[in-house]
Amino acid sequence: MSLFSLFSLALTAILAENFVLVKFLGICPFLGVSKKTDTALGMGMAVVFVMGLSSIVTWAVNEYLLLPLGLAYMQTVAFILVIAALVQFVELFLKKFIPTLYTALGIYLPLITTNCAVLGAALLNVQAPRGPLESTAFGVFSGLGFTLAIVLFASVRERLEFSKFPKAFEGFPQALITAGLIAMAFMGFSGLSIG
Amino acid sequence: MEILFAFAVLAGLGVVFGVVLAVAGKVFAVEEDPRLEPLTEALPGANCGGCGFSGCAAYAAAVLQGKAEAGRCPVGGAEVAKAMGDILGVVVEEQERCVALVKCSGYQGHAQKKYDYDGLSDCLAASRLPGGGPNECPSGCLGFGTCVRACPFGAIQVRDGVATVNHELCVGCMKCAEACPRDLIVKVPYSADITVACNSQARGATLRKYCDIGCLGCKICEKTCEHDAIHVVDNLARIDYTKCVSCGLCAAKCPRHLIRDARLNKEHDEPVPVSDSKWSDA
Repeated sequence: MSLFSLFSLALTAILAENFVLVKFLGICPFLGVSKKTDTALGMGMAVVFVMGLSSIVTWAVNEYLLLPLGLAYMQTVAFILVIAALVQFVELFLKKFIPTLYTALGIYLPLITTNCAVLGAALLNVQAPRGPLESTAFGVFSGLGFTLAIVLFASVRERLEFSKFPKAFEGFPQALITAGLIAMAFMGFSGLSIG
Repeated sequence: MEILFAFAVLAGLGVVFGVVLAVAGKVFAVEEDPRLEPLTEALPGANCGGCGFSGCAAYAAAVLQGKAEAGRCPVGGAEVAKAMGDILGVVVEEQERCVALVKCSGYQGHAQKKYDYDGLSDCLAASRLPGGGPNECPSGCLGFGTCVRACPFGAIQVRDGVATVNHELCVGCMKCAEACPRDLIVKVPYSADITVACNSQARGATLRKYCDIGCLGCKICEKTCEHDAIHVVDNLARIDYTKCVSCGLCAAKCPRHLIRDARLNKEHDEPVPVSDSKWSDA
C-alpha cells in the first residue's frame, strides 16, 4: 500500500465520506455524548481504538472462516458477535495491564460494543474489499473522522448553551438542526477524491 | 441442511468467544477490595463532587485507602453516612446538612443597572466587561445563570434577576460557588432560619445610590442581638451560626428588611418553575 493511496484513503474516510455527517452512521453516540468537548474527545478516541482493532479482526474472521465455508451472508451477525466479544476482551486486558488507558476510556469502551459505525466500518471493508492493512487503516481513519465530527459538534453545542434560543427549539431540536447544518457543510467535501 | 451448518458455525463462534472471555476474566482478574463495590453502591451516584473527589466511585476508593473519611457525602446525608459506616464497620459522626445561599437581594426594582447587557448570557462573560458588568453594585448577582447551569441537582433558578436556591433540592455540594464569578454563594446550615442575603462591602452612603435593599452596615442588628451572633465587618452584617438561636430579633429590626427570617417571609424562598425565569434577564 503506497503512501499516496493511504493519503487518499484518509481523505475519503475523514472528509468526503465522513461516517457521521455523510454516511449517517453512529448517530446515537454523536447526539448522546456531545454535550461537552472533553467527553466527546474521549468517545472519539475509544471509537478510533475499537474501529482499528475490529477492522483487522473482522477481516481475519471473514477471510479465514466465513469465506472458505461459504457463509458470506452471515457477515453482519458474525461481526456483531466478534466486535462485542473483542471489546469485552480488550476491556479486561486494559483493566489489568494499562489501567490508566482503561480509566481514560472509561464507560465509552463498553458503550460502543454495538455501535453501528464500528459495524459499518467492518462491513464496508469486506464489501470494498480491502486487504488486512488497508482495512485497519480505513478503520482508524473512519474513527478519526467520527472524532472530528463529534468534537466539532460538541464545541458548537457548548457555544449554543450560552445563546438565547426560542423555547420550542431548546434541547434536542436545537442539536438536530445543528447536526443537519454541519452535515450540509460536509457535503462540500463530497467532490474530493484522488487516486 | 445449510441453515443447520450456519447455525453450528455461529454457535461454535459464540462458544469459542465465551470460553476465551471466561478464561480472560480469570487470567486478567484485578483484585479489588471486596468492600469497594457495596461502598460505591451505597453512595447516591450523583457524581457531583461535593465530597471533594471526582465522583462517587473515586470517593469510595479514597475512603478505602484511608485518604478520606466516611460520611462526607452531601447528597446522601446521615442515611448514606450510616450505610457507609455499616460497610466499613465504623461509627460515622453525623454532619449537619448544609445548603447554598446566594448573598444578594438585588431583585429587579431594588438594584440598579448601568446599562442593558445583550451579550453572551453568562455571568463570567458579563463580569469580564470593563466596569465589571451591567450591575451598578460591584458585588451583586448578575443573574445570567452560570450557577444554574453548574448545579447538578436543578436547585437554582434565576428569579427577578437574582439566583435563588431551592433549599429542599440543594445538597450543599457548592458547585455553584465555584462557578460564580462574584463569589457570592456561601454555605449555610440547612437549619439556619435567619440569613443576610447581601455581599456588598461598600459603605452605606455609596450603596444607597444604587441599591435600596443592600446592607448599609448600620449595626442595628449587632446591637439588637442578645446572643452576640451577628456582627458588622467591612460594612456587612455576618451571622455566626454557632451562636445564632434564630430568635428573629435582628430580622425584625433591620431598617432595610434585608435580614430574612425564613419562617416569616417565604417570598423569595419558594421554588418557581423554570419557565417563569427563563427570560428574566431580557
